[in-house]
Amino acid sequence: MEQLQSDIYQVFIEADRYKMFLDGLKVTIGVSIAAVLLGILLGMVLALMKMTEVRKGKKTIFSVVANIYIDIIRGTPTVVQLLIIYFLVFQTQMGMVAGIVTFGINSSAYVAEIIRAGIMAVDKGQMEAGRSLGLSYTETMRYIILPQAVKNILPALGNEFIVLIKETAILGYVAIQDLTKASDFIVSRTYIMFVPLIGCALIYYVLVKILTIGLNAFERRLRQSDIR
Amino acid sequence: MIYVKDLHKYFGKLEVLKGIDCHIGKGECVCVIGASGSGKSTFLRCLNLLETPTKGEIIIGGTNLMDKNLDVDDLRKRVGMVFQHFNLFPHLTILENVTLAPIRHKMYSEKEAREKAMELLNRVGVGDKADNYPAQLSGGQKQRVAIARSLALSPEVMLFDEPTSALDPEMVGEVLEVMKQLAQEGMTMVVVTHEMGFAKEVADRVLFMDGGVILEEGTPEQIFDHPKEDRTKEFLSKVL
Repeated sequence: MEQLQSDIYQVFIEADRYKMFLDGLKVTIGVSIAAVLLGILLGMVLALMKMTEVRKGKKTIFSVVANIYIDIIRGTPTVVQLLIIYFLVFQTQMGMVAGIVTFGINSSAYVAEIIRAGIMAVDKGQMEAGRSLGLSYTETMRYIILPQAVKNILPALGNEFIVLIKETAILGYVAIQDLTKASDFIVSRTYIMFVPLIGCALIYYVLVKILTIGLNAFERRLRQSDIR
Repeated sequence: MIYVKDLHKYFGKLEVLKGIDCHIGKGECVCVIGASGSGKSTFLRCLNLLETPTKGEIIIGGTNLMDKNLDVDDLRKRVGMVFQHFNLFPHLTILENVTLAPIRHKMYSEKEAREKAMELLNRVGVGDKADNYPAQLSGGQKQRVAIARSLALSPEVMLFDEPTSALDPEMVGEVLEVMKQLAQEGMTMVVVTHEMGFAKEVADRVLFMDGGVILEEGTPEQIFDHPKEDRTKEFLSKVL
């Protein structure tokens, strides 16, 4: 017990090491949020590109490009993508940006499928009704389909965000001091394994838990409009 | 008002419409009857290009629908459509359902659009539901809102695709009543329906469709009381 207490002291208090955890946490959260925003933006574009196929009834240049993109992203490991983007594209400059870009691109492929499925789940009659009122395809999407699709999309999107947060643990591969890398560093400094690693896991867990509670509350609020 | 000449529609290799010719005059109320699969809904949907005709000619109010440079959205403002399943927008209030398109089209200011919408909603008898959401309305009320939503664009023609088929029997009457009123006010209407009573009473003309063609057409008396074709007799004996 005393051993544990002194370990905790060494890991967190000594030399202000808790600050390393905090800085790492900031990096993890920052990269996650920026990447998820980028992922939603790119994913939206990809989903709409894919949907041109539904609209035209046959493959289009857009849908083919989107399909190839999604296929490649989903078919390669995230770590490899990170290494390629950091070392080959960014030439080891701007690690944070490289990380955001990697995770943004990576999650966009999954988000695209989520958004597409959410849009397709809206009753076909809604598009017909919108179009029959003389609204354009874009207007109907914007004012009628997307507001309804959000309800279908949000739960899966929250899940994607959670996956993304945990995936950023590989940022250490390209020398970015995220939460995992910070605890790893402290292990190497203090030669204590248990406390930094379990502490790190706990922080991730709490982070995800808070997010889950928040998402559930948000989802409940959206559902409220159904029960009238 | 509406001219249709040799209209063909294929779904892949399946020929659904096999050459439709008809002429519908201004202010006329035409009911299209026939068994399911006879192509009546497809025909109706061709009239506002929800289905693209494969071949033939459709002219509505001087606009050629087969014209490559046709502004489809502009045409659809002039040709209202009411669906079997209402297709109200569930995330918008009744009032917003009606005002959305006129406001987007900048036909009126928001205030004018709301006033006009309220007037229409009162006319179809659901004015008191303006701030409710579609989920809170009965089927009959929803369909009447759908009619008001179409009317908000002041269309020249109204298309009805089996407007009462998804309703509980007790609610059919209230919707037909609104449609009857509309017909009497001189709206040009094309109604695909299984309500033979409505067709008899309100229609100026009845088209009987079978196998992708208009097999027989005439006044309600001609079709219902003195049908010429055996197929028409057979169909009527089953539904009447």
